Amino acid sequence: MTWEIIIQTLASGVLIGLIYALVAIGLTLIFGVMDIVNFSHGEFLMFGMYSSFWLYALYALDPIFTLPLTALFLFGLGVIVYKLVIRKITNAPMLSQIFTTFGLMILFRGIAQFFWKPDFRTVSHSIVSGTMTIGGIQIGTPQVTAGIGAILVTTGIYLFLTKTRAGAALEATAADKEAAQLMGIDSQKMFALAWGVGAACAGVAGALLSTFFPIFPEVGANFILIAFVVVNLGGFGSVVGALLAGVLVGVIEVMGGFLLGPQYKMALVLGLFLAVLMFRPQGLMGKV
Amino acid sequence: MNTQNKIASPALAATTASTASSLLAPKTLLLLALLILALLLPLIVKDPSHQNLAILILMAAQMGVAWNIVGGYAGQVSLGHAAFYGLGAYTSTLLFTQLGVNPWLAMLGGGILAAVISLAIGWSCFRLKGHYFAMATIAVAEIIQIIFTNWEFAGAAVGLTVPMDKQGWATLIFSEKTPYYYIALGLLLLTLLASYVIEKSYLGYYFRAIKDEPDAARSLGISLSKYKQIAFAVSSFFTAIGGSLYAQKELYIDPGSVLHTGLSIKMALVSILGGVGTLFGPVVGAGVLTVIEEGTRSLFGGSGRGTDLIIYASLIVLIAVYYPTGVLGWLKQFIARRKAMQAQGGK
Repeated sequence: MTWEIIIQTLASGVLIGLIYALVAIGLTLIFGVMDIVNFSHGEFLMFGMYSSFWLYALYALDPIFTLPLTALFLFGLGVIVYKLVIRKITNAPMLSQIFTTFGLMILFRGIAQFFWKPDFRTVSHSIVSGTMTIGGIQIGTPQVTAGIGAILVTTGIYLFLTKTRAGAALEATAADKEAAQLMGIDSQKMFALAWGVGAACAGVAGALLSTFFPIFPEVGANFILIAFVVVNLGGFGSVVGALLAGVLVGVIEVMGGFLLGPQYKMALVLGLFLAVLMFRPQGLMGKV
Repeated sequence: MNTQNKIASPALAATTASTASSLLAPKTLLLLALLILALLLPLIVKDPSHQNLAILILMAAQMGVAWNIVGGYAGQVSLGHAAFYGLGAYTSTLLFTQLGVNPWLAMLGGGILAAVISLAIGWSCFRLKGHYFAMATIAVAEIIQIIFTNWEFAGAAVGLTVPMDKQGWATLIFSEKTPYYYIALGLLLLTLLASYVIEKSYLGYYFRAIKDEPDAARSLGISLSKYKQIAFAVSSFFTAIGGSLYAQKELYIDPGSVLHTGLSIKMALVSILGGVGTLFGPVVGAGVLTVIEEGTRSLFGGSGRGTDLIIYASLIVLIAVYYPTGVLGWLKQFIARRKAMQAQGGK
């Protein structure tokens, strides 16, 4: 095992980890504000991928340029899902909440299969296709672009939450719904906003992935479990935690796959997840 | 202990007093009629595909009743029960094919192994609450699925086949559907009996206390983790036996059929559809869900376009959003409303 291989593996782990972080931030935002675990979050990512794919296939628009459009679509979808379905189960028992989002997951996969068939699709010629060499190691340009994109969007979300009024209102609702309401914050609006932004995060992650990852109706399944792991590892509701945890999970996954064989990498990630749940349930950055 | 007895005894006395009169209650008669119908069904319905549908309903009901013991009564939402189903299926199949162990004993062996493993899982996971427990069980089940998918001895991703050469009650292999129907029915009744005994015993009170008022239960001296473990072990035992029966019926198992997450979800879904935490809820839910599943599959599944998935999922969402108490809860509300209307009309 040479140094190049180690660094190359590390680099690809970090890059995919940044994407995981972005998916997880959407999930943690929704959970933090509403206490609802969104099992259909992977399908928001899937819709993001298809949005990029169709804009590319039909109008020859590059996924990188249509990224804002995809984010907008998914924001809209998240708000619609909230208004039509989630709003009704805000105070329902946990079981109904789990099964509602779980049902949405199957529904979204079914819809994708209905309209776009279960085939694997790829974006073959993006402007970021190809590989690049940085300091002697070779990395795919799409992966590097996706990693950078994920960092930018994560920073954007962080700034939105900490520096804007809407973001502050969102954080306030997450911290204490009743108190926030007394301060004149409409919690319904905040919930809708959380679903919109949460879905948009997943959608942007999907758009970034679409330049190097196959697109198919069940693609979300690969990401939802990892997103759960990242969210728990980072601490529910923490953006910075999710970013660090995402990178850590990416590195562990890629390194584990390299050392133990790719079939066990997921088992390793899940084992880590269980260990965190047992020994540090508040996550790496969560407050006790 | 004494104080608890005092608390529980008036309720118990009330139930025993009402047992005698409730034997002739319409509900009891209805159940009796349904049981007789269930026993006679294979004599009426001869078509193998219809018999198969009936077996699927019975097996789904059995899973649901088993899941309901921990997920319903004790309120610990496990979304990893497929692990126990698969453990049962794999253990009995391996014992039977590799060591020639009698399938009935092998079934029991699978159940016991699953119960023991559930103790290990419960020991580490029961300190988690709500969502966290649910997610931990998903992770455990996924890990078990990965292990079986890569374990050569257990057939890895290819799976295991049960050889069909010796048929009969000793090997639990039949070429007809009817024996499987009666075995599935027997297993369901046995699981229902276990569930009934638990519901009526002190365990049932403890489980409900753990579910609804964990802090109060603890302050009364109920060991939360001990009783959660009991619920989990009993539930896993019966789930595993259901898995063994699946292996004997299909004569082929692989990680995709007995260990996947969808199966875990189905067990919970069956209970929720019918009425979670009720004795017969999972049976009702299994009937509804299996008919929807098989119906949409045979009507729309051929297109390969996921129409069956869309209908199935829409129904799940609708029921979860609008009828969170399930079919039985809805029925109870409906009857109560009818009675109220009749009472008003009488005046």
